[in-house]
Amino acid sequence: MTDPNPPYLYPPYGSTPLRAPSRPLVMPSYGPDAIELVSPVFGHEELGLLDNDLTRQHSGDPIGERIIVTGRVLDSGGRPVPNALVEIWQANAAGRYIHLREQHPAPLDPNFTGAGRCLTDADGRYRFVTVKPGAYPWGNHHNAWRPAHIHFSVFGTAFTQRLVTQMYFPGDPLFAYDPIFQSIPDEKARERLVSRFDIDTTVPDWSLAYQWDIVLGATPTEA
Amino acid sequence: MSTPSQTVGPFFGYALPYADGPYVVPEWHPDSIRIRGRVLDGAGEPLPDALVEIWQADADGNVARGGGALRRAGKDFSGFGRCGTDAAGNFWFSTIKPGGPAPYIAVLVFARGLLKPVATRIYFPGEPGNATDPVLSAVPVDRRDTLVAVQEGERSYRFDVHLRGEQETVFFERYFG
Ligand SMILES: [Fe+2]
Repeated sequence: MTDPNPPYLYPPYGSTPLRAPSRPLVMPSYGPDAIELVSPVFGHEELGLLDNDLTRQHSGDPIGERIIVTGRVLDSGGRPVPNALVEIWQANAAGRYIHLREQHPAPLDPNFTGAGRCLTDADGRYRFVTVKPGAYPWGNHHNAWRPAHIHFSVFGTAFTQRLVTQMYFPGDPLFAYDPIFQSIPDEKARERLVSRFDIDTTVPDWSLAYQWDIVLGATPTEA
Repeated sequence: MSTPSQTVGPFFGYALPYADGPYVVPEWHPDSIRIRGRVLDGAGEPLPDALVEIWQADADGNVARGGGALRRAGKDFSGFGRCGTDAAGNFWFSTIKPGGPAPYIAVLVFARGLLKPVATRIYFPGEPGNATDPVLSAVPVDRRDTLVAVQEGERSYRFDVHLRGEQETVFFERYFG
């Protein structure tokens, strides 16, 4: 199988030329007890009850289209990964992050921080309630806009599987113009980052829903 | 086919770092050491927006299986640490030297401009086992010292991560087919 990941150096994304390693990666000859073959584990007692509901972290409701985002974390053989820590962060419905370095002149929402986390259940399933993030401009090139996305950080069963990525929404017209999305060479691999509208998970009179599965890479022992 | 990586971007600051992140052990732990360093780009400029994660065995070489990294709750060793770099590119951890013949700590660095993380290891200076460690031995001789921390004090070490350039740190492959 070919590597679906983007290269380090992708000049259309202007931050890569000074930060991309230039030397070839070294193939590690991990012994059976290498720490990279196992992962940190996290317990339910470490998370807050509302950590996975980004719409209930303040006194009021955030502005925006309420959505439920669910999916499963799977290993390279398609087996569910239970008890995996999934962390997310995103812009608000207007495309603005709460971050200090953020300069986009769109409104902040006092009822939305935009960060959440949860542990996958026995079937590897995660579930977040949030609002659909807005697209936002960035300084990469003239008139550059990021397609709407939710950032995901995932732990698997091995530290080599540790994944940080972004989930997108179906049919976004900005895909063709986004060098971060386009940095993934293979079109089929890019499609792996696009969620699907999920009518079965919607809640009538309350929330729309999107579904997105995350498949972790093969570990050295699986390869 | 696995889900591809995307950059962590610049805006993870209110989501990923957490108060106890740099403490793999509390500083009062009798065996605590401090590791500090900087993340630098190909022009030698520090990265103010990188995230460094470490993962390691305990002093006996055992792996922590009980959680406790996010919220300490009385556990004094979590094995996992996370630290965002400051404006000058600095990160630090309070931890212990892991057990084993060639003690090492696994490291991942995420940053805006890194479409996927870089993976490396911190080894310790003066360890006789370093010479026969299978991972370190597979690294070209002239680049091995990029993986060895510099001793700064009795219990303090320095480990800089050079993403690119003359002093580029050795990074390991993370894709295994
Ligand atoms: Fe973003």
